This record gives sequence, structure tokens and C-alpha cells, in this order.
Amino acid sequence: MKMHIAIVGIIALGAAEPAFAQGADVSILASTCLSCHGANAQGSGGIPGLSSQQQAYLAAQLRAFKGGTRPATVMNRLAKGYTDDEIAGLALHFSRLK
Amino acid sequence: MTGFSRRRFVAAAAGASATLALPAIAYGQAAARVVVIGGGFGGATAARYLKKASPQLQVTLVEANRRFVTCPYSNLVLGGWRKMDSITFGYDKLAKSGVTVVHDTATAVDPQKKQVRLSGGRVLPYDRLIVSPGIDINWKGLPGYDETAAEAMPHAWKAGAQTILLRRQLEAMPDGGLFVMSAPANPFRCPPGPYERVSMIASYFKQAKPRSKILILDAKENFSKQGLFQDGWQKFYAGMIEWVPVGKDGKVVKVDAKAKTLETEFGQVHKAAVANVIPPQTAGAIARSAGLADASGWCPIDALTFESKLVKGIHVVGDATIAAPMPKSGFAANSQGKVAAAAAAAMLLGRPTPAPAMVNTCYSHVAKDYAISVAGVYRGTADKGLIEVPDSGGVSPRQWEDENRRLESVYADGWYTSITAEMFG
Repeated sequence: MKMHIAIVGIIALGAAEPAFAQGADVSILASTCLSCHGANAQGSGGIPGLSSQQQAYLAAQLRAFKGGTRPATVMNRLAKGYTDDEIAGLALHFSRLK
Repeated sequence: MTGFSRRRFVAAAAGASATLALPAIAYGQAAARVVVIGGGFGGATAARYLKKASPQLQVTLVEANRRFVTCPYSNLVLGGWRKMDSITFGYDKLAKSGVTVVHDTATAVDPQKKQVRLSGGRVLPYDRLIVSPGIDINWKGLPGYDETAAEAMPHAWKAGAQTILLRRQLEAMPDGGLFVMSAPANPFRCPPGPYERVSMIASYFKQAKPRSKILILDAKENFSKQGLFQDGWQKFYAGMIEWVPVGKDGKVVKVDAKAKTLETEFGQVHKAAVANVIPPQTAGAIARSAGLADASGWCPIDALTFESKLVKGIHVVGDATIAAPMPKSGFAANSQGKVAAAAAAAMLLGRPTPAPAMVNTCYSHVAKDYAISVAGVYRGTADKGLIEVPDSGGVSPRQWEDENRRLESVYADGWYTSITAEMFG
């Protein structure tokens, strides 16, 4: 139910980011990803792009990095620093970037 | 300005902003003006993100140099892996994105009149100011080491002419020579930097001058990514590198540039073929003259907005700040620049400042296809200041497949391409 309200809110606001009570501002958090993943999240060299990826895929990968079920070099160390709400927010943010 | 009058001014300014809430743009007056001093990782990022946050903001970037040479990857130039032009960037595209770029030196800040004075005499008014001046060498910090001495014993801790000078000295050194590095006590710019530099120089010696030796005289008892670096040195450069910590008389207390000698605390004198003195450092001059630095020589900041704790209306980002547990790194400065830009824009638009998040990932190259990293995720809190998120971040595992070291070298290159394009592309 709560999730429904949040989604309605996002649609109503168009491009606005969802606000999570306890977490960081999602657009600021997402901007930290760009320093490696590219200014438009398009990827760089061996670093994968994040834009145009499916929201569910991005969220699942971040959760897997955080839980240690997907091996990584640096992403598991970073994902452990994000709350579950922030992971959901990041997944939504990058899935909307074209 | 005395401490008393500054406090009174700050109190008055805080009162004013509480009453008016300062929605500078909503009044229909000319667009709010933000001046950014310093066009490095913190300042160039802040300028670009201010325009992204609010295109109607009038953003002016003050930077003395027309070309910016990054400190990250300058160690690769010393190792012969890269050329200078691949780490040198201009401001044309930042200017095209709507930032007014002024190539001049900021010589004074008047926080009451909200003005920045430039060396050419021009005065820039601002509604908010972001200062990202980087470091200055503390020329009083090491006896014998002044600007003349730095021509004979380069620091190369500001990339550019000093990088080229040190590279030329390394090229001219005969095989079998002794390269001596003096590494400073904390805090200093780029904690793993000296040790990545040693790795790069060792890779050059191994290929071009294999009988040469490297001696690191260190004012610290331990250093960033120490185990990882030492494992790499053992693997690739066994017998070439000696590291002397402060407890084993590693602290350099005096240098003689003419004799190319470095003297330690207990009187040992080391003669170098090539000497690289990384001296003690302090916040850039404009931060100190504007009253942004405390007695430590560095700038205390609010963890939520990177606004100075000493002067209201001015944000400070990058190496000049006291932002521990964040390191003084290019990535950290870039991340702080985004937070300060978002906070300054929100304040000018009369909106609440967004909850900040900062990230740092520092890669160090050790040998070809072999790099290591340290990562951190940080939050600003009202009660505890800047904190690292518990159980996150940290260094690359010590026991790891070579494939992961190779991947980290690939990701390091990808990072460098991305972050420089984000600022200058």
C-alpha cells in the first residue's frame, strides 16, 4: 500500500526523485556513481554503463553486491554503504536515464 | 577582522537568512551569483553541478591556470607510462556549459560585502562562494626546503612543471643511482600517492635502470594500503625498495638541495642521486587569508553542506578541508563539490538542503595490469559530523587472484577517463 502511494507520487511529480526519510538524497548519491560509470552513466572502459538498464536488474545487482552473492572488486565494498531504500532509489534513478 | 567582529557578523548574517529565508531568485532580481575559487577536482565539479542544479544561476569559476594538470595519474608520467598531455585539460567545455571562467588569482575575500578580489583588480560579487583551493606547500615546514630547493629536489606534489622536472631527473640518473623520497606526516594530499609513485618509479627502473635503488624516508609509522603495496613491491620489485618508518629514523628534518642530502631526526645523512621531497602542506593561500582555516592550517566544515564553520556564506571543498574520515583525494573533492553545489543552490532557491552522501574510490597502480584500491561511503550527520558508513568500504583483499588486480587496473583507467570527462569534457 505504502509503495503504491510512493509510485503514484513519482508519476505525479514527473522527474522528481523519490524522497526516503532516513537516506541520502538520491540524486546526490547517484551523482557519486558517475565519477567511475561515466558522466551520463554510459560506462567507461571496462566499467559497465548503468543507464537504460532495467530497474529490477539494477536493484538485484546492488543487493547481490551488498550481500556478497555477486563477486566484485570494489562494488561489494561500496554497496555495503547503501541502505535498501537507497538501492531502490538508485535503481529507479538509473533505469530512467536514457 | 577580529574574532569578535567576525562572530558578530556571522550572527547577524544567520539572523538575516532565518528571517528572509533568502530565496534570491524568487524575488525576480538578477540571477543569484555563485563564485567558485579553484578549478581542480572540487571546484570544476562544483561549478558544473551548480549549473546542472539550476541553469539560471550565474556561476563564475576563478582559476589562475588555463590548463589543469591532474595530480591523479601524474605518477604514471613519472613512471613513463603516460605523457603530460594525457593528464592535461582545458576549461573550454566547462565555459560552453554556461560557467563563466575567469583566469585570474583570487587574492582576497570580503565575507561582509560578499566580494572576491582578483589580482588584476577586478571585484566579483557573490551570493554564495565555494572555495576549493587545494594545498599549498608549507615552505616553513622543513628546514632547507624552499622554492629554490624545490628546483633541485622536486616535490611534484602539484602536477605540472614539477612533474616534468622530476621525470627529467629520473631519466638523467645513471643506472645504479639512489632515488630518495621523503614522505610527510599526516595529513597530506593523497595518502597512497607517495607509495604509488614509488611503484611507478620502480617499474621504470626495473625496465631502464635495474641496478638502481629506492629509499623511502617516512615521517609516519604506517601508510595507506601498506600491506597491499608491500606485497606488490615484493612480487615485482624485490630488493629494490627500502621503506624506513619514523620509528627507525625515517623522519627527514633537514635537506641540503645543493649537496642533495636529506638528514633524519637522529642525524643520519642520506645522499641521493635524485631526491623527491614531499613536504608538509597546508590549505591553499586564499582559504587561509579568507579566515577559513583554523590553527591547524586546514578548514573546518559543516558535514551537511560543506559550509565553512568559521565564515558563513562560504563553502569549502577538497584537500583544503578537515573532512576526515574522507581522505584528501581527487575523488573525495569531486564528491564534496557535488554536495556543496547542491547545498548552495538549495540555499539560494530557498529550499531545504538535501541530505548528503559522499563516496571515495582511490586506485593505485603498482605494476602493469596490477592495481589496488581503497573505497569509502560517507554521510554527513548533524550530531556526529562526517562519518564513514559502518561495515562498508575498505581496501582490496590481500589474498586475491591476479585477475582481480588486473581488473582494478582496468577500472582505474576507466575511473580516470570518467572523472576527468565529468569535469572537463
